[in-house]
Amino acid sequence: MAKQVGMEVSIAAAEAVKLANVDVIAAYPITPQTHIVEHLSELVADGELDAEFVPVESEHSAMSLAVGSQAAGARSFTCTSAQGLALMSEIVFIAASMRLPILMILANRSLSSPLSIWNDHSDVMSVRDCGWIQLFTENSQEVYDHVFIGYKVSENHNVLLPTIINMDGFILTHMFEPVYIEDESVVKQYLPDYVPKFSLHPDKPVTMGAFAMPTLFTEAKMAQNEALKASYPYIMEAWKQWGDLTGRYYNPIEELHTEDAETLLLTMGSFGETAGEAVKAMREQGKKVGLLKLRLWRPFPFEELRRAVSGASKLVVVDRAVSFGGPGGPAASEIRSALYDMDPRPQVHNTIAGLAGRDVTVNDFIQIVESAETKKTDDYEIYGVRG
Amino acid sequence: MAKADIEILWTELEPGCVVTEPGSSKAYRTGDWRSFRPVLNKDRCIQCGLCWIFCPDMAYAQDGEGYYESNPEYCKGCGVCAKECPTNAIGMVEEEEPEL
Ligand code: SF4
Ligand code: SF4
Repeated sequence: MAKQVGMEVSIAAAEAVKLANVDVIAAYPITPQTHIVEHLSELVADGELDAEFVPVESEHSAMSLAVGSQAAGARSFTCTSAQGLALMSEIVFIAASMRLPILMILANRSLSSPLSIWNDHSDVMSVRDCGWIQLFTENSQEVYDHVFIGYKVSENHNVLLPTIINMDGFILTHMFEPVYIEDESVVKQYLPDYVPKFSLHPDKPVTMGAFAMPTLFTEAKMAQNEALKASYPYIMEAWKQWGDLTGRYYNPIEELHTEDAETLLLTMGSFGETAGEAVKAMREQGKKVGLLKLRLWRPFPFEELRRAVSGASKLVVVDRAVSFGGPGGPAASEIRSALYDMDPRPQVHNTIAGLAGRDVTVNDFIQIVESAETKKTDDYEIYGVRG
Repeated sequence: MAKADIEILWTELEPGCVVTEPGSSKAYRTGDWRSFRPVLNKDRCIQCGLCWIFCPDMAYAQDGEGYYESNPEYCKGCGVCAKECPTNAIGMVEEEEPEL
């Protein structure tokens, strides 16, 4: 039986990585990811987890080592934040192109400068097109569960792509919450040992990460794009199987009070909990407001989104990053484009909020919705900025 | 033998473009990059094999008499062998435009 315990979300994440029985952990400590890898290093040092823990000298090496160990047939894990992701980003793209099913938890933090250790989504949006499966989580249980779900999807031979689990820095990483810790037997049943499709072994030599001339590169990118799109049904299947085992089901877009909603809020990550409270409060006042929580960022759930917004006249997308000089926030920009052909389609308002961990409260979400309701055209604003 | 790049469809690529056929670089003729070719002066050659060791494309093979000859299908004309030869037995000669 799963046991419900209260613990720091980072510790729960590390416990999940332990239960997933990883072979190699390569990480460099960076706030706010630190507690996850510190706990993993303790688990390895105490003999509770039989894995190689490699305290590399930089994040570039962390991802390089994950690529190498995964290519050699080891289930590999890494974890980082902000500047760490920026430093490793060269290899992040390579891991996906080489179709290596690494799992990375990204404790989301703002990219400098100004130097900040707090949360927003500027880090993950900088690697938006890296080719990984990308998911957002809003509480401890979702982070915990997605460690198993992530490996399950990634290692499927019909998928073979790495997965990023986004968890908001501090807001989630340093929060103490109740979480159901699963029995080892349940996890073993769900997540069998990693069987690589290809691995570096002298008995069966293969070449990985080779050079391609312009005559082949286009075909390589076509195959990579199709592979990420084709992972969608396997993600759905992995969620279903996890739900059948644990009772916790997940969807590409989670919906709250969307029935008959005229205005929809859309959030990603830990915003979902607060926005949910705001929507409940507005419903109590008789307002037809609903909430969409976008869990699956890549592959992007186009059809799910179109279905979820049909019937609404306004969609308020709350971004946690800025696309400088561009169309506002990165999520809103993609959502507008995804809805472009819909007729009728909701007007899309974009609010950028919560940069570098600035609190966005229940009242803030209510204000965001109320201000969007007065707007006549698609637009964007940076919420709560002084001056 | 591996297919030439230009014939491969995207659906035929292994995940991550993994190359499953060992030694497939044999299918890749680097000889057509060449603008200079190595020419051996057998009078100076001491058959030490350094050219064979250093050639980055493994273009050299020993003939029946023990001399090292480069294979024009793979020799890319880099000149490494000429540089490394301890007796200056290899000269690099410019390839000429074929007469039309
Ligand atoms: S390096 Fe020079 S001397 Fe040695 S085998 Fe080659 S050609 Fe002959
Ligand atoms: S010129 Fe370069 S490629 Fe050609 S035989 Fe000499 S070392 Fe090899």
